[in-house]
Amino acid sequence: MSIFLDTETKVIVQGITGRMARFHTKDMIDYGTNVVGGVVPGKSGETVEGVPVFNTVKDAVAETGAEASLVFVPPPFAADSIMEAADAGINYCVCITDGIPAQDMIRVKRYMRRYSREKRMVLTGPNCAGTISPGKALLGIMPGHIYLEGNVGIVGRSGTLGYEAAAQLKELGFGVSTSVGIGGDPINGSSFKDILERFEHDEQTRVIALIGEIGGPQEAEAAEYIRDHITKPVVAYVAGLTAPKGRTMGHAGAIISAFGESASEKVEILSSAGVTVAENPAIIGKTIASVM
Amino acid sequence: MDIHEYQAKDILSNFGVEIAPGALAYSPEQATYRAREMGGDKWVVKAQVHAGGRGKAGGVKLCSNDQEIQKACEDMFGKKLITHQTGPQGRGIYRVYVEAGVPIAREIYLGLVLDRSTQRVMIVASGEGGMEIEDISMEKPESIVRSTVEPAVGLQDFQAREIAFELGIEEKMVQQMVRTLKACYRAFRDLDATMVEINPLVITHDDRIIALDAKMTFDDNALFRHPNISELRDKSQEDPRESRAADRGLSYVGLEGNIGCIVNGAGLAMATMDTIKLAGGEPANFLDIGGGATPDRVAKAFRLVLSDQSVQAVLVNIFAGINRCDWVAEGVVTALKEVKVDVPVIVRLAGTNVEEGQRILAQSGLPIIRASTLMEAAERAVGAWQNDLKQGTNVRAGK
Repeated sequence: MSIFLDTETKVIVQGITGRMARFHTKDMIDYGTNVVGGVVPGKSGETVEGVPVFNTVKDAVAETGAEASLVFVPPPFAADSIMEAADAGINYCVCITDGIPAQDMIRVKRYMRRYSREKRMVLTGPNCAGTISPGKALLGIMPGHIYLEGNVGIVGRSGTLGYEAAAQLKELGFGVSTSVGIGGDPINGSSFKDILERFEHDEQTRVIALIGEIGGPQEAEAAEYIRDHITKPVVAYVAGLTAPKGRTMGHAGAIISAFGESASEKVEILSSAGVTVAENPAIIGKTIASVM
Repeated sequence: MDIHEYQAKDILSNFGVEIAPGALAYSPEQATYRAREMGGDKWVVKAQVHAGGRGKAGGVKLCSNDQEIQKACEDMFGKKLITHQTGPQGRGIYRVYVEAGVPIAREIYLGLVLDRSTQRVMIVASGEGGMEIEDISMEKPESIVRSTVEPAVGLQDFQAREIAFELGIEEKMVQQMVRTLKACYRAFRDLDATMVEINPLVITHDDRIIALDAKMTFDDNALFRHPNISELRDKSQEDPRESRAADRGLSYVGLEGNIGCIVNGAGLAMATMDTIKLAGGEPANFLDIGGGATPDRVAKAFRLVLSDQSVQAVLVNIFAGINRCDWVAEGVVTALKEVKVDVPVIVRLAGTNVEEGQRILAQSGLPIIRASTLMEAAERAVGAWQNDLKQGTNVRAGK
């Protein structure tokens, strides 16, 4: 078993008629993901890559029994799409969109709290590469072939840096249970802590790799959670040792604006919580292998 | 996006925050004229730059006549103001704000920020106004009052009252303080700000609450719905390389080192910079060229990185996932044929079709140094740069 996804999970793609969405829908289907439909208002009746398009998420859920959704909707409308998915009874939503206004995400998070914990949709992202359970399903834009199926759970803020870690593991013959991108935005759907909790309870995951970066309190919060609640070995890498204070490094959330948000401070906090820290990105794979 | 003090004051006053009379000037003559027009006997001349710490750096001068205003302006216009927030290159002063002097009884710090822990807007206030918030939190952490805003209903009166009472505001002025706080929150929410800072917010001898300074930062991702805010952008306050990059859709941050970086993905870009540092070098920049490493984007990236004269080697690190390495390699080769590159170029490709990519680089006939791992790439970049220095073949050394 893996977290969030398996071969049966019924997936819809919101914004499926866009160029990028079409491309990745095909890629996901080729990987074996059970894509059952798409949603674009006003395009009901069309098909994309052999799956039907619906006007609303509600219609898609009613017709297909969709459980998970991938949001490819442009930034001005993405928050609305996430809330639509939450309201239609989708269990798990990944939002790829980069550039959603921060206050829109504040509203999304507030909106999701309308539902009781058991009925509340889980959101990962926005501004992430998605989630993959190698050999089972892919809900995102990552290249599937760089992942081997295995026992390492990866959670990270950066897409390509996550690829780097997976590729290093593959090189060493190690595989991944699930890799989850939580995204580079300041206000995101799930935190490191939320995903760590899932990996702790996931039988397939034996080691957890956390790939963080400068900015925000989530690595420090994760460290505290790991110390108190995680029994599995955790390996971490934090990018941005050379990043100057007060400057946004690509990701909207990658900015050192307070104490404890620099890479060196996060490394220290994680180490003192018992996390094995890879000192440089070239040895993430080796460091994980050393605790397997 | 940052804006100037006078712009932030204009916005906040439209939402109901009280400000002192003031006027903008583009020359010393205009400044003296605007002061006379305003009347009074004390004025403050304030350099308009996108940075805090202006007072200590000489960017704020108290004047009591025309000559003093003239002199203060002459000392500011056309100069670079260097504060602890600008870095050594400073920020150019091209406009000043002339403001009527205010009789100050008390100074308060007021800030509104996006709090990433609670994922809400947080109000931060302290009775220790005039000091930087970093210093307040170091020296007087107990003076800081915090309150988070429930996004569905906005800032409530009772929350604003609590803040006012905790700051020790006199009873007769609490309502004024509530109005000010709610106005700031509305401005923050309606205009998609990421930061509003009034430091100091002053209480005058005649019982008024006035924003004596104001800083606002806006969410770049929300500018699409605020064209009137986008208009306030002042490129003279930005690093020209960074504005050029932003105009071309690239994410670039200039640094002090001499090894230029071209990378896809923000996290990988930071990791690449870190590896350069570990290998004994210093990165010259952060540059994320995004997912699609097309020849055109790679060429743009080379031009941008090389426009920094201190760059003495360039490291390209691309993890090709959906884009295959052979395609990225062709992009690099095309770019190098198009852009004159006079420093060593180190290319590390990883991901899909990596062998084919390496073959294309090798057969291009271009002096590209290839690497297969991130560490190897960083070591070769640092090595090539040091070797050039030793042999005197570094065409850019000494520049």
